[in-house]
Amino acid sequence: MNQQPFLRIFTAPATLCAVGFIAAMVAVLQYSLRAYVPGSLDPGGFTLANFADLLKPLYARVFLDTVVVCAMTAVVTLIVGYPLAYALVRVEQPILRSILLVIVVTPLFLGEVVRTYAWIIVLGNNGFINSLLLSLGLIGKPLQLMFTPFGVVVALVHVTLPVMVIMLAAGLSHIDRDYSRAAESLGAGPIRVFLTVTLPLSLPGVVAGTTTAFAWTFSAFATPQLIGGGRVNMISNLVYQLGFSSFNFPFAATLCVAGLALTALVLGLLQLASRPLRKIEVH
Amino acid sequence: MIPRSTYQKVLGWVGLLAVLVIVAFLVLPAAVVTIAAFNDKPILSFPPQTWSWRWFGRALAYEDFRQGFFNGLIVTAWSSTIALCVGGMFAFVIDRYKFPLKSAIEGILISPLVIPHFTVGLGFLILAAQVGLSRGFAVVVICHVILVLPFVLRSVYVSLRNLDQSYEHAAASLGAGPLRVLTTVTLPLLLPGLVSGWLFAAILSFNEFTASLFVTSQRTQTLPVAMYNYVREFADPSMAALSVMYIVGTAALIAFANAFLGLGKVLNIEQSH
Repeated sequence: MNQQPFLRIFTAPATLCAVGFIAAMVAVLQYSLRAYVPGSLDPGGFTLANFADLLKPLYARVFLDTVVVCAMTAVVTLIVGYPLAYALVRVEQPILRSILLVIVVTPLFLGEVVRTYAWIIVLGNNGFINSLLLSLGLIGKPLQLMFTPFGVVVALVHVTLPVMVIMLAAGLSHIDRDYSRAAESLGAGPIRVFLTVTLPLSLPGVVAGTTTAFAWTFSAFATPQLIGGGRVNMISNLVYQLGFSSFNFPFAATLCVAGLALTALVLGLLQLASRPLRKIEVH
Repeated sequence: MIPRSTYQKVLGWVGLLAVLVIVAFLVLPAAVVTIAAFNDKPILSFPPQTWSWRWFGRALAYEDFRQGFFNGLIVTAWSSTIALCVGGMFAFVIDRYKFPLKSAIEGILISPLVIPHFTVGLGFLILAAQVGLSRGFAVVVICHVILVLPFVLRSVYVSLRNLDQSYEHAAASLGAGPLRVLTTVTLPLLLPGLVSGWLFAAILSFNEFTASLFVTSQRTQTLPVAMYNYVREFADPSMAALSVMYIVGTAALIAFANAFLGLGKVLNIEQSH
C-alpha cells in the first residue's frame, strides 16, 4: 500500500510555482548582467559595467538614504510598537482586546496607497497638522512636512507598525507568566520585572519584528514616491524610474540584485548580533 | 520612599497614556481622511466650511476606479483561489511527509516575504517578455499567487498542526480509503484554516500595489494602481471618499474574520496560560 498518498499530486503545483518564481528571479539576475541599449527594449551583450555604475555617487547616495530610512523606521516602529503589543497581550476584557486587535490589524490590509494618501492629507501644507497648528497660533507659516525624510519615516512607521505589533505580541504571548509572577513574589518591582524578565524573554520577537520591519520598509514604493516627492529617493523609486521612464531594464535589475544583497547582509548581521541574546531563552 | 501601590498605579496610568497615544497615531490618518472626504470644496482645507456627499458619487462614477475595482476582483478571485489550492496541498505534504527537496521548495515559496515587491514585479515583467507572454491578466495572477502563497501556507499549516489525526486513523481503520478520509474527515476539520487562508490571500491580493504597478497595463490595472495614478494627477477629495469606503469595507471584513475565525489564533498571538 502507498504509505504517502497524494504526495506527487500535492507537491506538483507547488513545485511548478517554485520553478516559476526562480525563473523570474533568474531573469532579474540575467538582465543585471546585460548591457543597456538606449532606445531598445532588448538588452545587449553580457557585461559587468552595471555593477561598476553602482559606485557612482548618485546611486551610492540612494543606497545610503535607503538604509538610513529603513533603519530609522525599524527602530522607531519597535519603540512605538512594544507598548501596544504588550497591551494587546495583557488586556483581559475580550471586547477591549477585539477592538484593539481590529485597530492594529486593519491598517495592515489597507494597502500602501490608501495609507500614503491619508498621510499626504495629514502632513500637507494645507493638511491637518499645519491647519491645526496655524489656527492655534503656534506657527506663523506652514511647516514643511511633505517631501522631507521626517514625513517619509512617519508614514513608513505607520505602514510597518501592524506587522511589528503582531510579531512582538506573538513573542510576548508565549512567555510563561509564572516567570514574572515568581520575580514579583521575590520582591522585584514592576520595572525590574519588566527589564530583567519580560524584556529579555521577548527578544526573539523583537529580532523577528525588527527584521521584518526593515525588509518591509525596503520594499516600500508608494510612500517614498508620493511623500518623498523625488526629494527622498529609495531604491524602489529608482528601479521604477529606470524601468518605466528610460526603459533601462538592465540597470533596474542590477539595482534589484544589489538591493537583495544589501537586505541579506543587514538581516544576516541582525541575526548574528542577536545570537548571544537568544541564549537567554534556553534557561 | 513612595509606597509601592501608588507607584504601581502611576506606572499603570503612564502605560495607559502611552497606549492611547499610539492608538491615536494609528487611527489619525483614517479619521483625517474621513473628514476630508466630506469637504464640499475641491481643494483640501481644514476644518471644512461646508459639507457634502458629492465626492462619494464622483468616486463611484469615475471610470478608472470602476475598471480597477472589477479588474481587482478578477485578479483576486483567481490568485487567492489558486494560492489556496496550491498552498493547501503543499502544507498537507509538508506536515505529513518527508520527501526530497522538501525544505528547498518550502524555502523558495516562503521567500517572497522578504524579497521586495518591486523585485518580484520586475522579475515577472522580464520573464513574461522573455517567454512571449503578453501583459494580460495571466501575468498579474501568477505574480499575485507567488506573493500571497506564504500567508496561505502558514495559515493552513497552523491548522494542520492543531488537527487531531486520531479521527483520520479511526476512519482509515473502519475501511475508508485515503481519498475518502481526506474528503470526509481532513477537509471538513481544516475548513476554518482554509477559509482564513483564502480570506488573507484575497485581502492581500486586492490591496497589492508595488508588484502590480510593474506587471499591470492600462487595461489590467487593479484598484490600488488606479488610485496611485489618480493621486499623482488630481487633488480633489474623490480619493478621500474612496479611501473611506475602502477603510470601512476592510475593517468590516477584519471584524468579521475576527468574530468567526478568531484572528488571534490565526496570527498566533493568543496568550498561553
